[in-house]
Amino acid sequence: MAKILLEMKNITKEFPGVKALDNVNLQVEEGEIHALVGENGAGKSTLMNVLSGIYPHGTYTGDIVYDGKVCNFHTIKDSEAKGIVIIHQELALVPEMSIGENMYLGNERGFKARIDWDTTYSEADRYLKMVGLTESSKVLVKEIGTGKQQLVEIAKALAKKARLLILDEPTSSLNEEDSRALLDLMLGFKKQGMTMIIITHKLNEVSYVADKITVVRDGSTIETIDNANHDIDEDRIIRGMVGREITNRFPKREGVKVGDINMEVEHWTVHHPLYPERVVVNDASLYVRKGEVVGIYGLMGAGRTELAMSIFGQSYGLLTQGTLKIDGKDVRLKKSPMDAIRHKIAYVTEDRKGNGLILSQSIKVNTSLANLNALSTASVIDKDKEYQVSEEYRGKLKIKTPSVEQLVGNLSGGNQQKVLLAKWMFAEPDILILDEPTRGIDVGAKYEIYCIINDLAAAGKSVIVISSELPEVLGMSDRIYIMNASRIVGEMKASEATQENIMAQILRSGRGD
Amino acid sequence: MKKSFSEVLKDNTMIIVLVVVYLFFMWQTKGSMFLPMNFNALITQNAYVYILACGMLMCMLTGGNIDLSCGSFVCLLGAIGAYFMVVRGLSVGLSIALMLLIGIFYGCVLGYLVAYINIPPWIATLAGYLAFRGLGTAVLTANSKTGSISVKTMDSFLKVFSGKLFSTKLNVLNKPCMMVGLAAAVIIVLSNVISRAMKLKKGYVADSAKAVLIKSVLQAAVILLVSYKLAMAGGIPTVLIWVVAAILIYSFITEKSTIGRHFYVVGGNREAAFLSGVNTRWIMFEAYLNMAILTVVTTWVVLARFQAANSTAGTNYEMDAISACVVGGVSAYGGAGKITGMVVGATLIGVINLGMSLMNIDANYQKVVKGIVLLGAVAFDIISKKRGR
Repeated sequence: MAKILLEMKNITKEFPGVKALDNVNLQVEEGEIHALVGENGAGKSTLMNVLSGIYPHGTYTGDIVYDGKVCNFHTIKDSEAKGIVIIHQELALVPEMSIGENMYLGNERGFKARIDWDTTYSEADRYLKMVGLTESSKVLVKEIGTGKQQLVEIAKALAKKARLLILDEPTSSLNEEDSRALLDLMLGFKKQGMTMIIITHKLNEVSYVADKITVVRDGSTIETIDNANHDIDEDRIIRGMVGREITNRFPKREGVKVGDINMEVEHWTVHHPLYPERVVVNDASLYVRKGEVVGIYGLMGAGRTELAMSIFGQSYGLLTQGTLKIDGKDVRLKKSPMDAIRHKIAYVTEDRKGNGLILSQSIKVNTSLANLNALSTASVIDKDKEYQVSEEYRGKLKIKTPSVEQLVGNLSGGNQQKVLLAKWMFAEPDILILDEPTRGIDVGAKYEIYCIINDLAAAGKSVIVISSELPEVLGMSDRIYIMNASRIVGEMKASEATQENIMAQILRSGRGD
Repeated sequence: MKKSFSEVLKDNTMIIVLVVVYLFFMWQTKGSMFLPMNFNALITQNAYVYILACGMLMCMLTGGNIDLSCGSFVCLLGAIGAYFMVVRGLSVGLSIALMLLIGIFYGCVLGYLVAYINIPPWIATLAGYLAFRGLGTAVLTANSKTGSISVKTMDSFLKVFSGKLFSTKLNVLNKPCMMVGLAAAVIIVLSNVISRAMKLKKGYVADSAKAVLIKSVLQAAVILLVSYKLAMAGGIPTVLIWVVAAILIYSFITEKSTIGRHFYVVGGNREAAFLSGVNTRWIMFEAYLNMAILTVVTTWVVLARFQAANSTAGTNYEMDAISACVVGGVSAYGGAGKITGMVVGATLIGVINLGMSLMNIDANYQKVVKGIVLLGAVAFDIISKKRGR
């Protein structure tokens, strides 16, 4: 048995009113990839923050034994000095600075106040090569894609001489291809003897990359599962995470009654708002019937969000061409979401914190926002009605919070997503476009969102679900469109679709270009 | 949900600070702070802050945006108004209307530049800050030898903006003023009681009977005290009516109307507001149009109080309005802030100004104190909020 590099013993961390971690124990062997899994709010990130010194020694109880010694970290610098480097879920890069500058931010090369740019850039280039990036370190971060930015983060960690690398949801904003490349990179590092802890919601990744899996639930470590052969069953992990057997990850669609075509988009072409010569959506045609759930599957960057937002009152893009028919009638939407809402279209964004919710406002204010007029006479808001409506949706969508006066910023990801859905359900649309409706939320909340989607369809709404998770698209849709490189490259019934033939469609279309 | 004592304290920190500061000046000035004359002064001297800060609050709600030009615009508009009334001999009504038109025109231009051309508000208004005082001074010097135009003879103008209702002599109880105060106190207490009863009837969370009682008694006491003092000082200053009207209107807009709600959500997350069908550009436009209109009202009030237009009118008014908002808890990042908070902030600054003048503190040091108070108030607010988490 290999040497134990890190042992966290009986870690307990309390916040006012909440016990975030309760007697947590974690053992990581040298040279292994250890996965931490658990629902949102289970305490994974808190545990890693304790380890890296973000919560300094003394604010928690218990011991951290690293490399045989008990460690008391007071700042991140302390833990980094020992080679423990954490890469956070939200990228911490400054877009306007070069890759090299970012990599040595707070860790500048040189002597005292003088920065040695030659050393900085040449060292940076070396580390970039190690993570498989060919870009020069003088390129600005804003000019490379999210996938590459994630690799820069890793290069940055390597530059800090990492011995234990912690990756907090490293693939949450990456497409499948980039994710796979990142995981393979991790396996490469493992061969060179590095130890890694990965936090992720994507169980297929866990199974692929992790040697051991520790399940965290409600602030406690439940079990550590061995995965030396990389063949663990996903349901086995889920059982540990939720503490019960989930037989179906997707609720059954029963009594589906699909009606007439509700919305039809033909020859839809959209150009990039800043670089008008770039075509972001190319000649896309699709339709959705009443009571139908249509999935749009595509990798990130395939043009899915752009397609959806351009339909939603041209809130994205320039020079949009094509026809939009609602209920068989040609509709020309003005360049405003307001007009789209008036035509009973709703777009539920993939980026709930960025452009979906007002985090500084209450659940109530967020719920009523898109349909405030229904709650007001002569532009005076009926606050009683507003309260009742948001209470009603809180109950209907099982938003877990004591009161609708609670600020949305204080809610968990799953509950925030439900508030976002509540807002658009209250707007009473006929056509709902849901963009990555379950991104970054835990298994239990996902299931509840799927149920909501089914209820919407059963109520005769037309639902479009955009997702980059194949099982989700396969499990939820009646019909599937496949998008790749700004085109719709395929359409199939859910009954005929499999992971294999969808991927095959994408690969085939890629070669056609 | 019952609030603990410390929570009640935290919610009302600024009011408590206001009371403590007031008592401090009472002690230091040996009670002259409490004279009817000085109650009157507190209102007439600070009227402009309340009115301007209503507009500034709306601007700040949209995302920490401010209007730097309002002080200089007061100078320019005052000069133009005095020119119309005195030099050109236009009627008071027409002059007022023309001032309003000019204000609306400027508001539209400014709103357009900010909302549709995307010029950052502080730059767009910095231009006005620089230009208007120069233009105002030019108007004044071209039309008078002294560089100041007196409006002393414009009786009806002065009456509307700086007179007294049912004027009586000093230290004689003014009965109508007392009646108005009594009526206001009754209305406030009744509305507190009714609103609690309605909430309970509908099964909502309401404050305890004790809390409502204490709140009502305190509010009524303050209103009665102020009206008694004003009654002894010769009656209700008309400017108080303008101030109260502005406060009531903007309280209503921010708390009850869809437009007010849109201001908050635009400041909270502009993108999200846009995608939820809020016309974000129009809200930005409205913020600056509204600000310009309130600047016009301020100019009327200020011109009437000083009975003359001169080139220093309105100096630092923009900063006073911003300070009142910030001390009153309006977020410098937008999306949060209440009119009631702003009123407390403006009053606090007014009390400090008046108290220091009564203590004969050197004007230069008064500025130092004001700066420290501003920073202290915000720091205190931020620190106490952090503790709460």
